[in-house]
Amino acid sequence: MSTISTTQTIPDSALDKPRTGTWDGGNEPFKASYGKLMMWFFLLSDAFTFAAFLTTYGLIRHRYAAFDEKIHGAFKFSTDYWPVPDKVFNAFPGLHGMDVPLGFVALMTMILIFSSVTMVLAVEAGHRMDKADVQKWLLWTILFGATFLSSQAWEWSHFIGGHEEPTIMADGTRFFGANLTMNQYGPVLFADLFFFITGFHGTHVFSGVCLLVYCFIATTNGTFEKRGHYEMVEKVGLYWHFVDLVWVFVFTFFYLV
Amino acid sequence: MAANLPNQAQVQGGAGVTEPGISHNEHTHHDEHHEQGFLSKYVFSTDHKTIAKQFLITGMLWAIVGGTLSSLFRLQLGWPESTFEWLQPVLGKWIEAGKLNPEFYLALVTMHGTIMVFFVLTAGLSGTFSNFLIPLQIGARDMASGFMNMLSYWFFFISSVIMFVSLFIETGPAAAGWTIYPPLSALPQAIPGSGAGMTLWLVSMALFIVSQLLGGVNYITTVINLRTQGMSMSKLPLTIWAFFLTAILGLLAFPVLFSAALLLIFDRSFGTSFFLSDIYIAGQALPNTGGSPILFQHLFWFLGHPEVYIVIMPAMGMVSEILATNSRKPIFGYRAMIGSLLGISLLSFVVWAHHMFVTGMNPFLGSVFMFLTLIIAVPSAVKTFNWLATLWRGNIRFTAAMLFSIGFVSLFIAGGLTGIVLGNAALDIQMHNTYFVVAHFHLVMGSSAFFGLFAGVYHWFPKMFGRHLDEKLGYVHFWLTFLGVYLVFLPMHYVGIAGFPRRYYAWTGFDTFSQFANLNKFISVAAILAFFAQFVFVFNFFYSIFRGRRASENPWRSTTLEWTTPVVPGHGNWPGAIPAVHRWPYDYSKPGAADDFIPQNVPYSQTQSSNLPYEKEME
Repeated sequence: MSTISTTQTIPDSALDKPRTGTWDGGNEPFKASYGKLMMWFFLLSDAFTFAAFLTTYGLIRHRYAAFDEKIHGAFKFSTDYWPVPDKVFNAFPGLHGMDVPLGFVALMTMILIFSSVTMVLAVEAGHRMDKADVQKWLLWTILFGATFLSSQAWEWSHFIGGHEEPTIMADGTRFFGANLTMNQYGPVLFADLFFFITGFHGTHVFSGVCLLVYCFIATTNGTFEKRGHYEMVEKVGLYWHFVDLVWVFVFTFFYLV
Repeated sequence: MAANLPNQAQVQGGAGVTEPGISHNEHTHHDEHHEQGFLSKYVFSTDHKTIAKQFLITGMLWAIVGGTLSSLFRLQLGWPESTFEWLQPVLGKWIEAGKLNPEFYLALVTMHGTIMVFFVLTAGLSGTFSNFLIPLQIGARDMASGFMNMLSYWFFFISSVIMFVSLFIETGPAAAGWTIYPPLSALPQAIPGSGAGMTLWLVSMALFIVSQLLGGVNYITTVINLRTQGMSMSKLPLTIWAFFLTAILGLLAFPVLFSAALLLIFDRSFGTSFFLSDIYIAGQALPNTGGSPILFQHLFWFLGHPEVYIVIMPAMGMVSEILATNSRKPIFGYRAMIGSLLGISLLSFVVWAHHMFVTGMNPFLGSVFMFLTLIIAVPSAVKTFNWLATLWRGNIRFTAAMLFSIGFVSLFIAGGLTGIVLGNAALDIQMHNTYFVVAHFHLVMGSSAFFGLFAGVYHWFPKMFGRHLDEKLGYVHFWLTFLGVYLVFLPMHYVGIAGFPRRYYAWTGFDTFSQFANLNKFISVAAILAFFAQFVFVFNFFYSIFRGRRASENPWRSTTLEWTTPVVPGHGNWPGAIPAVHRWPYDYSKPGAADDFIPQNVPYSQTQSSNLPYEKEME
């Protein structure tokens, strides 16, 4: 400001230099570009959405009794208690009639976790500016992602179709499978929550696959090479790992406990 | 995603990313030769200042709508026995045989709350000032991503259109209260307002949340990454601290409302039972079992409580700034101000169940939430005393912005004290859902946030439009509003203590309340007059954009960076290099200084006569 003046002589101009510490402005305190920060903050926000759903799951589940052999006798599907996951999810494609508790979902989970590994390799290839490797690992990630989604589709259709044996409902009718208002496995909310939360997670995986496909096309066209960095792959990678991490929680809540 | 951004935003974001000094200069060069068409300059603009004005004007339109709705239901409350045939031309079928339709009354209350809380005091307040002030006060060319910033406004716009359309549909807008508790909101057969109106409400709010998310990540990232040289976190103006923490609250609270809304949509449209159980309606049993309406309340208030701080914190920040500037004194307790903002932000996430003391929750849990709630009084009191201490023995300039800031402090105290009453579970059980609650939150977050908004507009209007708002009209506006607010809400405490419940269409059926007929009439007259007083402001606003007194570069003799820009800053904000920052933002009336303020960009070497001992070390 011109109004500020001083009679003293101004000493060395070094005084006029602003400070330059990590948080003193003019730089990136987390050493991350704005785009990467935005992705982190979006994921934080999304984590709260999932947290709300899983809290909902926990609260509703604990309104129901857990299955206990001493009280309820041998396990059968009933609206009196929350079903045991081993008994609901025990089918495996191609192994008709065999009891494979959680076998298929374990495979699905393995595939998704493996896709995180290939994603890391794609990001790493991006750091090396190795276009061919980025393409290769992105393609693997897309493949695993799509496989997970297809597996989920099979899992859902089996859940909807139902087991060999129908359940005799409260009104005496025989019922197979599940929809949003009725299911043969247990309380109606068991299926509601299953559809809602795995569906919401599946939507995230689907969006992730779309983003990966975009990254693959952009890599192939050399867009990132021209830009001089593969940061976009890195950002989508963050999202992909997050979706993976969320699955670990969904898997734990719906299948393991 | 970043890859789709137009070139411009990339360059701007990138400006802070690489070497700021160099790329900033390149950038200005880029700006001056850039001619924009009408559409990209005023409509689909990525310039944070234009987006701020879009938020402000949309917010003002919403405030007029929200105020009109409140005038309508105040008519009903003030004159429950009169006929409102004269309103027939406007309200049509909602006036039946001269009487306001009771279900439409509920819709009016619901929409008034929704509009004021979300569209005016969230989008209109932090949308306007976070956008306008963050880049200008931290010394940035624009937001981190101008494109996402633009999307944030347009999502808000679409959300607004949908909410506005819902006012005019056959079954009327949503009518389950702004908190949309199920099962009322979940069952279309319960009231007409739970039909299409509720669906539109949910769709509109989902889009609104997207808008908040896009805006929020931008504000946070911009404050972290794009501060100019020397602008450390402890040199940020308190406005920026407030906007920063507000954005974090929004980022973490709104997704939970999103979850609740999504679950509610499923209950309404796809037959799930998340919030529904054991319901008989019109003699018929519904098939839904197992859900919990209390669960919805938990999810809703996990957003709902931080939301009131999302509304009030930007106002707190701006008031701190305006009080210091117009008292010509440093803000009292700068670090305590930041600390109390942080404290409020943290506490706001662990007090939500104080809205639910009467839901039958475990009394032990109730007392935990009561304890946490009452702790909020501490940071709030720190802020209040700091504002008072800032005013104390200051060279106060009573500008319109200053009056509204002082009014803010007054309202915050008046409304805050009753918060201590309501935060107490034992007392709240008596007061719950009475007009005492209405009076409390209208003073402490409704009116005072409005006062913060007005203060901000009066103070930063010169930087927005290069002209001043008329001060005389500002005084008229202030006194009418200030008196109006107290005349409306003070009597409400009294009615509330007597037990008069909120959201009731009429109390004429209860003998107990007949003695309040005149008081209610009085409140209604005051409310309607206070509403009409706002048109003084609306006129002043639009008149002054074109005819107001021309402003100088730094009309308030303020220290922060926005006043180092040209009178009307262009795209990119500073024509030359961005100024570097050397000192905190509150060097007012510093002993020994040549002038009574030293802007943040003046180095210590130029102010040797006023440097304090520890600052001499920096010389």
